[in-house]
Amino acid sequence: MSEHPVIGAPVLVGDPGDRPPMSLGGRPRRGEQLAMALLALAGAVTVLTTVGIVAVLFFDAASFFREPVVSLWAFVTGTEWRPFGNPESDAFRIGVLPLLNGTLLVTGIAMLIAIPLGLASAMYLSEYAPRRVRAVLKPALELLAGVPTVVLGWFAVDFMTPVLRGAFGDERVAIFNAASAGIVMGIMIVPTIASLSEDAMSAVPSGLREAAYGLGSTRRRVVLSVVFPAALSGVVAAIILGIGRAIGETMIVAIAAGGMPQMTANPFEQVQTMTAYIVQAVRGEAGPGSLTYESIFAVGALLFLMTFALNLAAQRFVRRYREAY
Amino acid sequence: MALSTPQRSAEAAAAVLAGSASAGRTRGERVFAVLLLGATAVSVLVLGLLIAQVLLDGLARLDLQFLTSYPSRRAARTGIRAGITGSLSLMVLTAAVAFPLGVAAAVYLEEFAPDNRFTRLLEANVANLAGVPSVVYGLLGSAVFVYLFQMGRSLVAGALTLALLILPVIIVASRESLRAVPQAIRHAGLALGATPLQVAARQTVPSALPGIFTGTILALSRAVGETAPILVVGAVLSRRSDNVPWGLLDAFTGLPIQIYDFVSRPQADFREGAASAAILVLLTVLLLMNSVAIVLRNRYARRW
Repeated sequence: MSEHPVIGAPVLVGDPGDRPPMSLGGRPRRGEQLAMALLALAGAVTVLTTVGIVAVLFFDAASFFREPVVSLWAFVTGTEWRPFGNPESDAFRIGVLPLLNGTLLVTGIAMLIAIPLGLASAMYLSEYAPRRVRAVLKPALELLAGVPTVVLGWFAVDFMTPVLRGAFGDERVAIFNAASAGIVMGIMIVPTIASLSEDAMSAVPSGLREAAYGLGSTRRRVVLSVVFPAALSGVVAAIILGIGRAIGETMIVAIAAGGMPQMTANPFEQVQTMTAYIVQAVRGEAGPGSLTYESIFAVGALLFLMTFALNLAAQRFVRRYREAY
Repeated sequence: MALSTPQRSAEAAAAVLAGSASAGRTRGERVFAVLLLGATAVSVLVLGLLIAQVLLDGLARLDLQFLTSYPSRRAARTGIRAGITGSLSLMVLTAAVAFPLGVAAAVYLEEFAPDNRFTRLLEANVANLAGVPSVVYGLLGSAVFVYLFQMGRSLVAGALTLALLILPVIIVASRESLRAVPQAIRHAGLALGATPLQVAARQTVPSALPGIFTGTILALSRAVGETAPILVVGAVLSRRSDNVPWGLLDAFTGLPIQIYDFVSRPQADFREGAASAAILVLLTVLLLMNSVAIVLRNRYARRW
């Protein structure tokens, strides 16, 4: 900023092509300087939010790991999660792996649904759909994306679970189970994957398609062998963002997946995810200084690290496909 | 195919078009297209099922008594009055905080920000915040607003948390709307002697306002449906009094919180009847907000 003689005559950002710098040379009035500073301050609130999130998570997680009964090693390697027991006894275990297992199991089920459905929707909307069909399907997918997750959680227990129990038998499928939550979560993520992948596919230059048609390719060949590979980095970014949403999703799993942290790969058993643990723990009255309150932040920090890494990865892929054409 | 002359290649093409190979090819084509359409229809069908289930279970339970009653231990007498007043109060306060902050940040980034490291940091940061799980915002709100600023588990703590959550959404929508205002408008204002701030305040922002409002309403509709963050901040599952926007330090609840409460109760009357009726109300509110946003966009947004 110091290179600019005045704050009030800055350079407009945006497309450098059609936006010449608006340098007027005049000195802005003092009120204007103040107004400009206030605007910048509003922007800084978003940075403060990030700083706040990181600081809060790691400060409270750190005090969790400083507790004499807690060790970081036990946290990352332990296969039992019983944080509410008496800390001095065997009823207390703080291995986070069962929560991680629950999160990954539900996320895996969700992606089994969301990836094929999302990619097929993207291909259909981008390459096949007649305008009139598109005009119905696009808003419907947007509507689906706007359904609150607590409603989807209700749908999972009230509709999906009875369907699964009817199909596989009450004795095999628990009332609360990973499959029901995972399937509904998968449907929730379809619009995310579909819309981002469709953007990537639509960005593929039509010259590539025309060349392929000119060589005698059928539409299916064009979609699968030309458009899809050309849009791949955008598609991968969409899938990564979808995984991030699945990992961070809270209400569906809190309602439908159960509340028992365990190491299982059986989709019909109940599990507890990291997010569902946070909801369970805050329903008590635990406040700062208590082991339970601090444990929420330790789990939250892990959750944040995972989604943050996924976000960065997705952004890298997005940048790659933007640069390609 | 080793084709040497144009004539042979034309013959080969004709043979392919007429031959049996093409029949198999077109069948495969059709199957593939139907598969794609079918897969696209699945998620739309699930949405239809969900709405049907809500209407089926919820309509029978929805009446004036349900809308005007506080929660009760008996499903037949329970109601969502507290949730409705809570959600309305949350919405008013969230909008009051997030709208001015979001628009100001967008105006700064789009109109004034110099192209330096701070600006790039801001932009990257807004993109990253959009990917942070909403429950994590709840943790931030709990540690900072509830305990550090000692607001307690209060309405204002919940509203501030939601405001931070939707701030990136409002910023992105407002920037897009500002970007659509043609450069010529800004240049004309400057040429007439207006200062850059005057151009922004009297020309650019008013022209972009319909788009900004649309984005804000959509962001607010997201805030109204959020459960996890306000649950973590300390919303009350079963509250027996009203919330008002000026009762900043009151305990609070919201419609999604009451839905969660109904769904987690063991009795079927709560899970099916009360929860469905409350969901019906919530979805109706969201649909109304979205319709208003779309009308606003279509009727008032200027096409340049």
